[in-house]
Amino acid sequence: MSASHQDATLPEDVAALVGVAQYETVGEFPVERGYIWTTCSSVENANPLFWDDEAAEAISGGPIAPPTMVSVWFRPHHWAPGRTEQALPLQVHFDLKQRLGLPEAVMTDNTIVFHEPVRPGDRLRTHQVLRSVSEDKTTKLGTGRFWVIDVEYRNQHDELVAVESYTGFGYRRPAA
Amino acid sequence: MSPRPATVPRLLLPQVSKGDTLAVLAYPVTATTVVLGALASRDWRPMHHDKDFALHRNGTRDIFLNTPNQAAWFERYVTDWTGPHGRLGRVTFRMKGSVFPGDTMELRGTVEDVSVDELGCGWAELSVVLSVGGEEKTTGAVRVAVPVDEGDNPWRRRGEQWRP
Repeated sequence: MSASHQDATLPEDVAALVGVAQYETVGEFPVERGYIWTTCSSVENANPLFWDDEAAEAISGGPIAPPTMVSVWFRPHHWAPGRTEQALPLQVHFDLKQRLGLPEAVMTDNTIVFHEPVRPGDRLRTHQVLRSVSEDKTTKLGTGRFWVIDVEYRNQHDELVAVESYTGFGYRRPAA
Repeated sequence: MSPRPATVPRLLLPQVSKGDTLAVLAYPVTATTVVLGALASRDWRPMHHDKDFALHRNGTRDIFLNTPNQAAWFERYVTDWTGPHGRLGRVTFRMKGSVFPGDTMELRGTVEDVSVDELGCGWAELSVVLSVGGEEKTTGAVRVAVPVDEGDNPWRRRGEQWRP
């Protein structure tokens, strides 16, 4: 994927966003064990780190949340009192579609890298960073650009807990 | 609450070789599996609980498993193999098709590489596949830290000692 600053066709305001933290968000509620148990139950995960406090104390210094749950802590309640409209998860993706005039988009790859464990009671926060935008590419879907967006998650001690990277392809269908 | 002895299994890196395959996990998916998984991951979007919406708005044949819950399935699959001392470093997914109620999904994993990093942390790199009736629905890779010996525990690594 080519670096965006080498691409003269990329609008300057989009190029200026590369590497910039956007949409800082704090989770609506602290990490809690009810959701941890519901998630473990949904996939029949018997790992004692989530069920057995003694084992968790000995192995991971106390109970933790399943690492793959990191994005769960940021999905808003279905309803909340007095709530106004809020940013979509991965708002940067939707911003790019709109700014670059690409009506369709797919996510191709999703990677999550795990750092400090997430623990019950943590208040996590997150932001999104556009990492790169490719030149125009044509695939079987159409012509458009690939982009990589990182979603970084930190805890209340400002420790990095995870980074999710999404590769999106925004495109225009070939004229029929 | 102790559903199984806390330290069993306890996979150690010397027991792992490139080319090893994990036992297949087969699971019959029901509407309950899909709805429970969606709500457990706080995903309220209707295509994961409302069949009418899935059929008429998404054009799929039924509701289907959401991505975060598939990640939870892969986590369980890998840590069933390592035991609780296994610590996930990195997962990558590519979604190719949907998993519906009535499908029996099968999870498979193969060890692609085994290494010890310069800080002494042991790593197994796995390729993983979720398939239905032999058709790949989700493919991915998992990098998981595995103790190098009985005295090692990847969960003790913090900050610069942890290079996932």
